[in-house]
Amino acid sequence: MSYAAGEADHNDHHHHAPSGITRWLFTTNHKDIGSLYLWFSFTMFLVGGAMAMVIRAELFQPGLQLVDPHFFNQMTTVHGLIMVFGAVMPAFTGLANWMIPMMIGAPDMALPRMNNWSFWILPFAFAILLGSLFMEGGGPAFGWTFYAPLSTTYSSDSTALFVFSVHIMGISSIMGAINVIVTIMNMRAPDMTYMKMPLFVWSWFITAFLLIAVMPVLAGAVTMVLTDKYFGTSFFDAAGGGDPVMFQHIFWFFGHPEVYIMILPAFGIVSAIIPAFSRKPLFGYASMVYATGAIAGLSFLVWAHHMFTTGMPVAAELFFMYCTMLISVPTGVKVFNWVATMWRGALSFETPMLFALAFVILFTIGGFSGLMLAITPVDFQYHDTYFVVAHFHYVLVTGAIFSIMAAAYYWLPKWTGHMYNETLGRWHFWLSLISVNVLFFPMHFAGLAGMPRRIPDYSLQFADINQIVSIGGFAFGLTQLLFLYIVIKCVRGGEKAEAKPWDGAEGLEWTVPSPAPYHTFETPPEVK
Amino acid sequence: MTDTNSRPDNMRIVRRLLFTVAGMFAFGFALVPIYDVICDLTGFNGRTNNEQAAANVREVDTSRTVNVQFITRVNKGMPWDFEPEVTSVRVHPGETRVVNFLAHNLTRGDMVAQAIPSVAPGEAALYLNKTECFCFNQQPLKAGDDVAMPMQFYLDPDIPDHIHTLTLSYTLYDMTAHATPDVLALMQQPAD
Repeated sequence: MSYAAGEADHNDHHHHAPSGITRWLFTTNHKDIGSLYLWFSFTMFLVGGAMAMVIRAELFQPGLQLVDPHFFNQMTTVHGLIMVFGAVMPAFTGLANWMIPMMIGAPDMALPRMNNWSFWILPFAFAILLGSLFMEGGGPAFGWTFYAPLSTTYSSDSTALFVFSVHIMGISSIMGAINVIVTIMNMRAPDMTYMKMPLFVWSWFITAFLLIAVMPVLAGAVTMVLTDKYFGTSFFDAAGGGDPVMFQHIFWFFGHPEVYIMILPAFGIVSAIIPAFSRKPLFGYASMVYATGAIAGLSFLVWAHHMFTTGMPVAAELFFMYCTMLISVPTGVKVFNWVATMWRGALSFETPMLFALAFVILFTIGGFSGLMLAITPVDFQYHDTYFVVAHFHYVLVTGAIFSIMAAAYYWLPKWTGHMYNETLGRWHFWLSLISVNVLFFPMHFAGLAGMPRRIPDYSLQFADINQIVSIGGFAFGLTQLLFLYIVIKCVRGGEKAEAKPWDGAEGLEWTVPSPAPYHTFETPPEVK
Repeated sequence: MTDTNSRPDNMRIVRRLLFTVAGMFAFGFALVPIYDVICDLTGFNGRTNNEQAAANVREVDTSRTVNVQFITRVNKGMPWDFEPEVTSVRVHPGETRVVNFLAHNLTRGDMVAQAIPSVAPGEAALYLNKTECFCFNQQPLKAGDDVAMPMQFYLDPDIPDHIHTLTLSYTLYDMTAHATPDVLALMQQPAD
């Protein structure tokens, strides 16, 4: 909310701009809503992170120390739900709100009142989810994937609250996605053709279609869990003719496109930052667009690689294995394009570039472990071990979250009008880089050695490795408080930022002053 | 600003997107019958054809022998004993065999149960034909009673050569609360 100070002086063109809390409650301004999303996301990142700290504290030593197993299960479940739906997705939506209108030369999002709604129902969704932790019998404890019958027959009485909170999160995402699509289709400046749009806009355009396609399927899945648990239906209950394995098919039909929803906007961010700090245009723009589309299309054909061990026919296992491996082709195109962009560029290593470079390297490590998991016969060894935990934290933490941090540093001067403290930014980067690898890299070895995930205790031979992992976890968690300090310091003041603080940056957002005025591009800009 | 001419256009796109959302929500539910059909067609997930098959009219293939194993379990909280009379039989494809499954109601109340089959490997499920099975119907059992329940089956002679062993698993569920009227009527009759 600290943006209020920086932007208050621009409010005077806006008739009857409400002040105080009502400014934020009733705002239809894409920049305000973007800021709300980003602050909400960071709050949830800290809440979900605190739960991760509970998990790592419990796993610091073998045996049961701090929390009882049921509470441990609630922590793994709610940590996952909050990080996916509360931290990563709202952060990307916030970036979309702030940047897409400014990148395509639009005055605002196409549906500003719906935009207000799609943000303001989110705090209620997470209040319901977090509130369920305090109910008798506890909150959701079945993992963020809420497999039936864990979420039906064996779940606590508060499951209905979980279901409704997921419904609200889904409605919010769908409204956000509709807004992004309509904005991009209808609000571009006159000469902003589709193939001139920045890649961040392109990747969000494709992400929005993925959201429209799969969030309703998630809504269907939680609705079936609700009726199975409370209204006597048998979608997933074999006694009534249903099938628990079907739950996994429906869930992962949503779940796999969902993981690309959490990474495609990251590709867009990195495709903006690497050219800016290489002082070269992006290599292979068109191939980047097509690769993003190809990844999105293939994401609908690979869901069952999450369930190789459920006893599928060999032919189906091979189909899903090969389709999964095929995804590495467009992903490889992207990685090679980023590297080719840097080739013989005049590189400089400010904080956004450091995070973007770390993204390219560490996301690729996560991609490689994903390829290993895609190999059906070896997946039987890796399934449900810490190897999987290591894999998806590499793609989501050093992938999605590093890209969000890169984006924050890259655009903070535009948002606040001040430069962040570069020295502190680099400290944040290097501490994050070292601690995140201490945190997640050893998990690969624990998993290969057979340590199962989602269990509050482990055999003694995993003790050393878990102690190292936990130390990395605490260090990574503390380092993020430094990020909060840097952002608040930057909002409050600092060196005055120019309209274009990065000499190699391109795009319409750098043609408006810093901080960006409350209203931008009320007359469409000229696009070269 | 292009606001005036873009606004009706916005609503058209929004309508189409909302239509897609509604369609995908419906598709999520349509996956349920689609899944059933695919399982029935492919034996995916070990789903057997749980309807009475016609008696075998084809030759018995004595050149091959397939080991058919039986395993049973009761659903969590189901207080019955339930086990097969034999744990495995060796059959020639086409040969009709009967295996009895023994159920014992250990409680002091009359109960109704239903057994749900599953076959591993799933591929073999398509070739297991039951001409008679207790699993087609609900099974009433009075307090403390036991019963031998027959299952008559043959393997389709077309069963692929590489299948040497298949496992038929039954899980017994408590259906007392969902008993069909005819089963209830059966249970009201005095014991002989």
